[in-house]
Amino acid sequence: MKQISLDELTATATQMRRDILSVITEAGSGHPGGSLSAVELLTALYCKEMRHDPASPDWPDRDRFILSKAHACPVLYVMLAHCGYFPREELWTFRKIDSRLQGHAHTMTPGVEMSGGSLGQGLSFAVGTSIAAKLDGRSSRAFVMLGDGECDEGQVWEAAMAASHYHLDNLVAIVDRNGIQNDRFTSEVMDLEPFADKWRSFGWNTIQIDGHSISEVIDALDDVKSVKGKPSVILASTVKGKGVSFMENNPDFHGKAPTKEQLELALAELEE
Amino acid sequence: MTTASTRETYGRTLLELGRENPDIVVLGGDLNKSTVINLFAEEFPDRFFDMGPAEQNMMSIAAGLASSGKTVFASTFAVFGSGRPYDQIRIGISQARLNVKIVVTHAGITTGEDGMSAHGIEDLSLMCALPSFTVLVPADGPETDLAVRKAAATPGPFYIRLSRPATPVVHDGDFDFTIGCAETLRPGGDAAIIACGTMVHTALAAAQALEGEGVSCRVLNMSTLQPADVSAIVAAAEETGAIVTAEEHLRHGGLGSIVAQVLAESCPTPMQMVALTGYAESGAPNLLIEKYGLAPASVADAVRKVVARKAQPTGNGSAGS
Repeated sequence: MKQISLDELTATATQMRRDILSVITEAGSGHPGGSLSAVELLTALYCKEMRHDPASPDWPDRDRFILSKAHACPVLYVMLAHCGYFPREELWTFRKIDSRLQGHAHTMTPGVEMSGGSLGQGLSFAVGTSIAAKLDGRSSRAFVMLGDGECDEGQVWEAAMAASHYHLDNLVAIVDRNGIQNDRFTSEVMDLEPFADKWRSFGWNTIQIDGHSISEVIDALDDVKSVKGKPSVILASTVKGKGVSFMENNPDFHGKAPTKEQLELALAELEE
Repeated sequence: MTTASTRETYGRTLLELGRENPDIVVLGGDLNKSTVINLFAEEFPDRFFDMGPAEQNMMSIAAGLASSGKTVFASTFAVFGSGRPYDQIRIGISQARLNVKIVVTHAGITTGEDGMSAHGIEDLSLMCALPSFTVLVPADGPETDLAVRKAAATPGPFYIRLSRPATPVVHDGDFDFTIGCAETLRPGGDAAIIACGTMVHTALAAAQALEGEGVSCRVLNMSTLQPADVSAIVAAAEETGAIVTAEEHLRHGGLGSIVAQVLAESCPTPMQMVALTGYAESGAPNLLIEKYGLAPASVADAVRKVVARKAQPTGNGSAGS
């Protein structure tokens, strides 16, 4: 675990929000809501918890971050650029022709572990990398981020069963529980509750936290290390569009770019 | 004629590859005796993972293993290894170009009595629509052995299509298998039958029968569907002027479609397709083959028809005259 202060991490999170919104506005399309809700989670993972080396993205002993909700790739791209996987200027090529930063995460981007874009596949992929790590006797772990709406996909539960069956204690799922999916609130589209009970009944060590509290995220990531013989899931309560008043809890900003005027308003709020 | 089961050959070859290469990991879907990967599972329980009948999960896990440097074999029946987890294969394996070998058994209508839900007759169309995939349909046991070994040694996604029943062995002695190269099993100048999989021995039987009528029929084993051997197809068309394709698959999107595409672009030639036109039903494999037009007599009929069309100045047969 890297030594870095909470203040520094908080400052990084704020800068990430500014970059996410700027980049999506420049692209004219993209998914701001579910990117903003995951900022603290990625900040804690990349800046504090995970063992990774931006200079060698394919290092076999690295921990893996797998973005199953691949539409939220802006938060990942901004984080990867912050860590130095590719130049920061490249962020502004997002979704444009000839860019390495695709509209949904693809392995052509340095640091992106999995090609996604169709929901429900990342947890299974992480089962694969976690099995491989055990076969090779490596201590590397997998952190896979799922959306809550994504958990409508049956494959998530196939993977949940498999991770438990194969005792993958080197796998940590993190659900960005922001309560909103593409069209509407998750409770209206397909109610997930009792959500924590579902994970527990599948044999997972289940932790519920405030996903915007960096210290809670860090503590949770620390806690799961001592859990042996089963996988862990962190259900992180978050706010979709977190940090921008008119985006927070607003389903309209799941998959819509801010206008230039909205960006100015948002950036003003994010200076406070 | 000797017969061999392509799936049994696969099971034995995979076991041998497992002994040679510790990076081979095998995934199964609760059909491991039928796909014969149980041989590998018994000797290498640490490198074998049964996913149960959860093929979507199986394919995405295969992708994760491959991204960590493993050579992954994932095996189930043709219907469960292509259509059922297609999205996972498309995005997770094809678009990411990962080193996953999907080897399916029980393809086509020779799966027989289990009926139309179990007859994988669309899989070649689906898998050839994935541009990163190499698609192989071995003609017999010996070719299956070589195809599986080549696939294991070649990085990237593969789909290998095998069958349920034992089928006649068409190769005797040493022969070469090269990915992307069609093989001429029988020379001939009046027409060429381009076949794959279980239809190769059928094509040879048809060519044999036609010889008695004075029709000299070339037989090509097109065991690689993708990438297609364009030069062999064009050479057969130029040298014989009459092409028949034969496959245990729907006429949409399989071998016939691939050959027609090549001919349309490079060498328009009269052509007949021997293939399924729709779903079949439950029944004994040999009776289904007969009823649904995949027997040697049907192939021979197609050859007679295309040779007759070749004689027509328009190349369009009697319809235009």
